[in-house]
Amino acid sequence: MFSFCADPDALGTFRWFSCYLTNGVHMSFYLSFVKVLVLLAVTAPVALSFGFAGAMAARSHVFPVSWLGKGYIAIVRGVPDIAFFLFFVIALDQGFEWMRHQILCPDWDAPIRQGNDFLVCSNAKLPLGSAPQWVHQTYSFFLAVITFSIVFGAFAANVLYGGMRAVPHAQLETAEAYGMSRRQTFWRVLVPQMWVYALPGLSNLWLVLIKATPLLFLLGIEDIVYWARELGGTKTSRFTDYPHPDWRMWYFLFLLVFYLGFTRVSEIVLEKLMVRLSHGQATTGGEALRKQVTA
Amino acid sequence: MKKLILTTAALALSAGMAMADTVRMGTEGAYPPYNFINDAGEVDGFEREVGDELCTRAGLTCEWVKNDWDSIIPNLVSGNYDTIIAGMSITPERDEVIDFTQDYFPPAASAYVAASADADIEDVVAAQTATLQAGFVADSGATLVEFATPEETIAAVRNGEASAVFADKDFLVPIVEESNGELMFVGEDVALGSGIGVGVRESDGELKGKLDEAITSMKADGSLTALIKKWFGEGAVTYGEDGSVVTN
Repeated sequence: MFSFCADPDALGTFRWFSCYLTNGVHMSFYLSFVKVLVLLAVTAPVALSFGFAGAMAARSHVFPVSWLGKGYIAIVRGVPDIAFFLFFVIALDQGFEWMRHQILCPDWDAPIRQGNDFLVCSNAKLPLGSAPQWVHQTYSFFLAVITFSIVFGAFAANVLYGGMRAVPHAQLETAEAYGMSRRQTFWRVLVPQMWVYALPGLSNLWLVLIKATPLLFLLGIEDIVYWARELGGTKTSRFTDYPHPDWRMWYFLFLLVFYLGFTRVSEIVLEKLMVRLSHGQATTGGEALRKQVTA
Repeated sequence: MKKLILTTAALALSAGMAMADTVRMGTEGAYPPYNFINDAGEVDGFEREVGDELCTRAGLTCEWVKNDWDSIIPNLVSGNYDTIIAGMSITPERDEVIDFTQDYFPPAASAYVAASADADIEDVVAAQTATLQAGFVADSGATLVEFATPEETIAAVRNGEASAVFADKDFLVPIVEESNGELMFVGEDVALGSGIGVGVRESDGELKGKLDEAITSMKADGSLTALIKKWFGEGAVTYGEDGSVVTN
């Protein structure tokens, strides 16, 4: 990075660290922070929409749809995350490849499962075997987003379902008395009011999601915990220009600060959101706001 | 329209051919000198050089992929990459699940490292999960503590959780040398396994054949021996021209 980095052994402490902290592996470490933040930014809205769909399905008056919604919530919430992550991602990946195999290679006669091996024709591989490494990484990132969204969507569905039921029934009856259809009542009366009931549960989920990102490594994505472990490990002078003893404690301490800072910022934002949503609501929070204005 | 279909078919075919030539090489990247991540963030080490040379000789385009040791075999059989080249010794247990090429590194010595010369290697011994060494410790009557990464096995000895660590000697040598006398070899070296080979899927006979051929040619012209000496020192066990193991 800097011109004086050619011979790190001869450098003073400050310059040594400025070289060490800007070498190639550290860039990968910093990049992994971006990865985690992007994952959160993409997963949160997707999981919320999964949750919303799940909650709507669970409330449906059509029985198969309602069973589907309730089944989704119950099954995903019941299965341990780690089992879900290990099993589901491989199954999803193999499912995609199996479908592509059926479409793209109809005249392939060898069995797909040979003992332990899962074999599809090379055209059906996802991503293609010849694709550059970044395509593979993007693909596993995409699998990670889907998996996280399904898991957290189920929890969000349960929270939203509860939020929808918490809206005072009198509100819905009044809407009906005004002649609103079921759909109008849902979108104009129920949905705008339910967020304030759902937000405490959703904010919990968000914080759990932040802490669940190290599960990424199970999916083959090199996340911040992987790099902290890799970079902090003992390095001997034969294999690096920057030998150092076991520094994992410092790297993990840095992660601790990062996670704590991130949750603190989230709390502040969520608190503001809560105030915003409470305006004009028939809750204690809304009541307090009303008194502030009149006083 | 016909032309379009023909060109598409031709494209698909040529793409298929190009694909068959790209081989994804799975490694752990945490076991110097066999494989590690260098300062630039790339896979480096003895196996990187051997792997690249094998690919050149076999006419393959190769791409390196990092994977955790724990899940390195499951990800091979499910097709996430095509070879394992990660210091994996050939054992009958692994051979039931995957196939190995011939060895590209002779059976290596494993050794005990402890924080004091009088450490009891029958007591609590650390080893990496799912390795030959872990199996050996379990059979030796000592209490085995397993860790996911090699780094953690060393840390366990430093902080007293284990009285010794048992691992490949070539991995331990640089660590002992730079520990300022805090760590030392104890007990006798143990020869384990039947050499290190490239792991491939059992159904991938063609790739196995190509790699075997390339390894044979590297053994015959002495280039494999040169690489072993470069990464493991002059005293390392190498190969003769006929592929036999030579002690130096």
